Amino acid sequence: MISQLSIFLQNKKGHLAQAVSAIADAGINMHALYLADTQDFGVARIFCDTPEAAAETLAAAGFKASVTPVVAVRIPNEPGGLARLLRFCDEADMNIEYAYCFGVQQKSAIDVLKIDGDDAEAKLADAGFHVVAPDEIYAA
Amino acid sequence: MGEYFQPEIETMPREQLRARQLEDLKWSVKHAYDNIELYRERFDEAGASPDDIRTLEDLQRFPFVVKQDMRDAYPFGMFALGNEDVARIHASSGTTGQATVVGHSKRDLENWGDCFARGIAMVGGSAASTVQVSYGYGLFTGGLGAHSGAEAMGCTVIPTSSGNTKRQVQMMRDCKTDILACTPSYALLIADTAREMGYDPATDFAISAGIFGAEPCSENMRQEISEKLGIQYCDVYGLSEIMGPGVAMECRERGGLHIAEDQFYCEIVDPDTGEVLPDGEWGELVITTLTRECCPMIRYRTRDVTRIVSEPCPCGRTHRKIDRLRGRTDDMLIIRGVNVFPSQIEQVITAFPEIATQYQIVLSTKGPLDVIELQVETEPDYPIDEVRKLEDLKRRLQAELKSNLQVNVDVRIVEPKTIERSMGKAKRVIDLREKES
Repeated sequence: MISQLSIFLQNKKGHLAQAVSAIADAGINMHALYLADTQDFGVARIFCDTPEAAAETLAAAGFKASVTPVVAVRIPNEPGGLARLLRFCDEADMNIEYAYCFGVQQKSAIDVLKIDGDDAEAKLADAGFHVVAPDEIYAA
Repeated sequence: MGEYFQPEIETMPREQLRARQLEDLKWSVKHAYDNIELYRERFDEAGASPDDIRTLEDLQRFPFVVKQDMRDAYPFGMFALGNEDVARIHASSGTTGQATVVGHSKRDLENWGDCFARGIAMVGGSAASTVQVSYGYGLFTGGLGAHSGAEAMGCTVIPTSSGNTKRQVQMMRDCKTDILACTPSYALLIADTAREMGYDPATDFAISAGIFGAEPCSENMRQEISEKLGIQYCDVYGLSEIMGPGVAMECRERGGLHIAEDQFYCEIVDPDTGEVLPDGEWGELVITTLTRECCPMIRYRTRDVTRIVSEPCPCGRTHRKIDRLRGRTDDMLIIRGVNVFPSQIEQVITAFPEIATQYQIVLSTKGPLDVIELQVETEPDYPIDEVRKLEDLKRRLQAELKSNLQVNVDVRIVEPKTIERSMGKAKRVIDLREKES
């Protein structure tokens, strides 16, 4: 599993900047950022080095931050690549809470999935999907 | 059956107690009439003479006094004693308008200490107990009131006052505090701070009881405080205009707070008509002091909404009780024409384990409509990653509030510690509505 940093943020001007600055000030490098937002709050989901340390840094700075385990799958950058993955999840009765995609390169992309239950990663690997290890994305 | 502090007074047969109340009432009304101009004018105007009092019910003929009378009489207009006989002055917080000051004679202070000491006995305290007073000391009556009660009992007093919460916890642990006295919101902060410091006060500390008052507290919050500290919770009622904490205190049997009836005569009136209501009916509490020398109060309207519980208490005390306060007639929020007490909102919140107990209510107007926003925080270990769950929590809380209050409440989940933690009385309501003049 991959450790994703999640930060609860009220919708306030400059607030994301403050959170990201706290990570920067701790000398932690970020690799990807994805925002989910509602009318009065948002959740920032981040891939960065040493996610546990980043969460502690943020909590000390007064933010509500936690580390969430997610699955990352490398899929070929071609038509139907994502569809195949999601069809498999559906057929295997794996419920996806949310998903996003990053790191699109020439040949492949990384899809991040938050799936209910603990055995998703094993099921995907067994089915031949390329499950991404943490060190492919960030330094632990 | 617990130990009593003043058994002969606390368990006095009711007829004897009423006879004593009548004698003291006659004295108090005459004392007020003879020494304070405001009472003389008002009584004369109402055609009520101190000599008319033949039964306790005769008091109903006398006019009320209200907070505004005390503001108008600032500073010493309602003192019956000259400066040489005044031992101490206290003042109300004065958050709205002119502060009010009240004076106490030496004997007034002794009576006050005795009243509070009875509560210490109600929670099993004795001269061997250590009492930590974490109410603010100063003009506010909480600190010194609890302090004098603990001294009257002969306890060891730790006068920490409020603030510096980590040190509070340290003293509580190291000096083996048995009884904590403070506001409920501060008790909760102390309990949470102890846990953050790695202690479990319920099992690690000697503390066995808490005497908490000066602000409203819901049943759920009370439960939370009792469990986190592992204590018997004693609710204490008091107000600076009448005395301070100790006017009424709650025994182990619960079901209300025993009024110190040898010191105070209580009536419940309809807040709109001023008519006295029978025992058991809810209304505004009106208090008359029976022994107070410096600032006798005759029919003071407290604005607190409660009822008299007159059933005999298994604890053996014969003094009647007031029920837990439902709110204050002037705390009551009128939102789109609906009466809402902050205590009702708190009751709903504390039934949600996902939501922390700290909250704030913000009132504003959107066009002609009142808008009520409730800011809450989730508990520290509540998962924040899933937007859907947070939105669902918000929706459930909103629905529950709507069904309890009959008013739409906008719930806003805010970040941790954005809601100010209180060291004294928590400020729960911010009213940004434009007032019609």
